[in-house]
Amino acid sequence: MTDLVQKEHLNFYQDKQGHKGIWAWLLSTDHKRIGLMYLYSIMIFFLVAVTLGFLMRLELIKPGKQFMEPETYNKLFTLHGVIMIFLFIIPGIPAIFGNFVLPLVLGAKDVAFPRLNLFSYYLYVLGALFALSTLVIGDGAADTGWTFYAPYSVKTGTNVSLSVLAAFILGFSSILTGLNFLTTIHRMRAPGMTWFKMPLFAWSTYATAWIQVLATPIIGITLLMIIAERFFGIGLFDPALGGDPVLYQHLFWIYSHPAVYIMILPGMGIISEIIPVFSRRRIYGYNAIAYSSLAIAFIGYFVWGHHMFTSGMSGPARIVFSLLTFLVAIPSAIKVFNWIATMYKGAIDLQPPMLFAMGFIFLFTIGGLTGLVLGALATDIHLHDTYFVVAHFHFVMFGGTGFAFIAALHYWFPKIYGKMYNIRRATTAFWIMITGFMLLYFPMFIAGFRGMPRRYYNLLPRFQIENFISTVGSWILITGLLLMIINLFIGARKGKKADKNPWKGLTLEWQTDSPPSLENFDEIPTVKEAPYNYKS
Amino acid sequence: MFTNVSNFTQGVDTAFVVIFGMCLVFLIGITFFLIYFALKYSKKRHPKPVDVKDNKKLELTWIIIPTLLVLVMFWVGYKGYLPSRQVPADAINIKVTGMMWTWLFDYDNGKKSTNLLVVPIGKAIKLNLYSPDVLHSFYVPAFRIKEDVVPGKNNWMWFQANELGDYDILCAEYCGTRHSYMLGVVRVVSENEYIEWYNRDESASADAEHIGLQVIKKNACIACHSLDGSKIVGPSFKGLYGRSITVETDGKTRILLADDEYIKRSIYEPNADVVEGYNKGLMISYKDKLTEEEMAEVIDFIKSLNE
Ligand code: HEC
Ligand code: HEM
Ligand SMILES: [Cu+2]
Repeated sequence: MTDLVQKEHLNFYQDKQGHKGIWAWLLSTDHKRIGLMYLYSIMIFFLVAVTLGFLMRLELIKPGKQFMEPETYNKLFTLHGVIMIFLFIIPGIPAIFGNFVLPLVLGAKDVAFPRLNLFSYYLYVLGALFALSTLVIGDGAADTGWTFYAPYSVKTGTNVSLSVLAAFILGFSSILTGLNFLTTIHRMRAPGMTWFKMPLFAWSTYATAWIQVLATPIIGITLLMIIAERFFGIGLFDPALGGDPVLYQHLFWIYSHPAVYIMILPGMGIISEIIPVFSRRRIYGYNAIAYSSLAIAFIGYFVWGHHMFTSGMSGPARIVFSLLTFLVAIPSAIKVFNWIATMYKGAIDLQPPMLFAMGFIFLFTIGGLTGLVLGALATDIHLHDTYFVVAHFHFVMFGGTGFAFIAALHYWFPKIYGKMYNIRRATTAFWIMITGFMLLYFPMFIAGFRGMPRRYYNLLPRFQIENFISTVGSWILITGLLLMIINLFIGARKGKKADKNPWKGLTLEWQTDSPPSLENFDEIPTVKEAPYNYKS
Repeated sequence: MFTNVSNFTQGVDTAFVVIFGMCLVFLIGITFFLIYFALKYSKKRHPKPVDVKDNKKLELTWIIIPTLLVLVMFWVGYKGYLPSRQVPADAINIKVTGMMWTWLFDYDNGKKSTNLLVVPIGKAIKLNLYSPDVLHSFYVPAFRIKEDVVPGKNNWMWFQANELGDYDILCAEYCGTRHSYMLGVVRVVSENEYIEWYNRDESASADAEHIGLQVIKKNACIACHSLDGSKIVGPSFKGLYGRSITVETDGKTRILLADDEYIKRSIYEPNADVVEGYNKGLMISYKDKLTEEEMAEVIDFIKSLNE
């Protein structure tokens, strides 16, 4: 390279496209800047929701009132759930890493529709502001739980309409992002990158994008129906007006169960990237992993009824939904086996991304296996709507997607900032977090099995021990989280300069500079080999 | 575990142990290999990775074996569940009303009970579930039974208790502010005791209490209204009579005097005038639940709280 080229070589932070100051961010259609705007917004919401979780746990440290009324507790778990689901875990990985990394791993300059991409971001912000404004406007935040079950959601005096509207707008943002990624993956892969030479993160983003586009409209309609019922008294779900509350549950879960896979698939994609890089081995069973993403996306549409085994569905319906639920477990199990087989005879380097990826496998396995206990009819009748379920979904969503998210953050950090965080501190944070995690959520399985219902302000004395341990666990987990965030923060500002490819990855994003230039690649790369072809 | 408290405990617990056991084997296996590989093939000990070709047989094995195992899990779950839908023809029918935030039980002979379900040991009991307001879920953890109480839908469940004692009833479907206080008790008694209780006339023994208070207790008004001036989710009955109340009628605010007429309307059409600072829609109409005579007693009792 000549000196001249190097001087002109600005990275995307320096290349402001003629905008000044903050506008270089707010008006940018660059996928990397949009990805980072999502990252910062989402982190803020995540921390708000973690604070709410912390307060709930504090209230449940022992029986009796500590410092809040039942009304407040009910609002807290609703807002905690809404933020975690609609503002963190559903948009999280696609919006942040899908944006920042997907064009890079495909060897593209940007996503297919950059302006639409910026528009999705603003829809996201609008939805988020609506959700948070329920806290301060009118009669306060909704107290229905994140599921907004009718008819309570039609009756309660709190700000349900606003929360529901927020979820609706966020759904739109999600659809547009999905559409953008589908087009990008179909049309903008680098020359030579056939479908089966595509990195697995792109595969899982692809499967996710289809669910976003196809399933999200259903929740949109459902939420509009709630608003129609609340404002115009049209009887859809409330029996007092001639409606059917179970219809609401069906509609809600027809969307929200596939959405569970919107939450987990991108995380699985990330794990499929990280494990081969740090094992220095070709991923075991590339095709099986790619196909299992599609299988999960497909079967995932037909299992929603397992959230409603006790709602009075007909006997045969319960049986069919239970059977299908067991089938959807197989593709996930296949992925876990493939990841572990990838480590076999590798040369494993336990860097923070790899540790978090292994943490993912462990926690996600617990979450997935306890899902089998819930999928069986006899046991679900007993465990449905107890703390067993609360533990199960925190294991899959936080232990699964959440840990994958953190792994991704540590993995692509040097690419994003061109700097490196402190590896030692990141490792310490990992061990603190996983300890806290187990203490916080494992006792919930026991409390749930012993019959403690969820969304329960009034702690019955016999569940005291489990809840006390759990509260202490939340302190440890949050300490680990804060340590991790501080470490990354320091790393981004003052970290050592990172190499272009510190982890020796083979996918395209590692072939360009860190941070990349505005156009990502000086020259669009050509792909000749399958990804992850580590030579031994 | 493996007690015989109800006729379902064994089926459910067996399913749990079988499924949980298989899951535990998988978890231990996966965790073992995860840690073993991380140590054995760590970069230090094993610097040169070896390329391992995909092995079709191995891949098929780990598709087929888990598939068979999950089918077994499905089967035990199904087996344990099946009896809960096959209620014997001679079961005793009891109507259960789950309403914010109380359980009411109506027996065939007109006997009523609040938050206490008395059943004879060893007899099949069929519960017919009703809700006048929102979703609830009738849950007795010790019996391993649960079914949602859905307004507008006639869900049912059944069980047979095999051991004497008191067991908790909890509400498992979130139903608003005091969801976690919606507690009750199933009391399993001997056949003789049951018959004696079933035929006892409560109103005769409780004559010391004001009839209005009995009506209020029977209809579970006290889940929302206190008698001592404290605020629950509805206004307290104490000091209500004769006070000026700010209410909202069709979106307009006005001030009304709490006289007989007002109290009657508050109970028969609670959403017509909504007291300021309280939520509309929480209290249901008691139009076909309270007779005119009972209403007069309730008003008289509320009046008596001022003395
Ligand atoms: C689920 C909770 C709930 C139950 C059960 C309930 N109420 Fe209410 N009640 C309320 C609420 C909330 C209000 C205030 C809002 C309104 O006016 O509708 C209210 C208002 C009233 C008022 C007007 C009080 C005032 O200060 O003006 C009366 C009288 C009353 N209820 C009587 C009863 C009686 C009698 C019963 C039992 C037969 C009963 N309520 C059961 C929630 C309840
Ligand atoms: C430190 C972190 C966290 C703590 C202390 C925490 C704690 C809690 C608690 C106490 C509840 C209420 C349980 C109940 O009363 O039923 C809850 C519910 C919930 N949490 Fe978390 N949580 C944390 C992180 C997360 C994360 C990362 C996610 C999502 C990815 C999440 C998603 C949810 C959801 C969806 C609910 C259900 C809300 C509802 O019932 O409507 N939580 N959490
Ligand atoms: Cu209830």
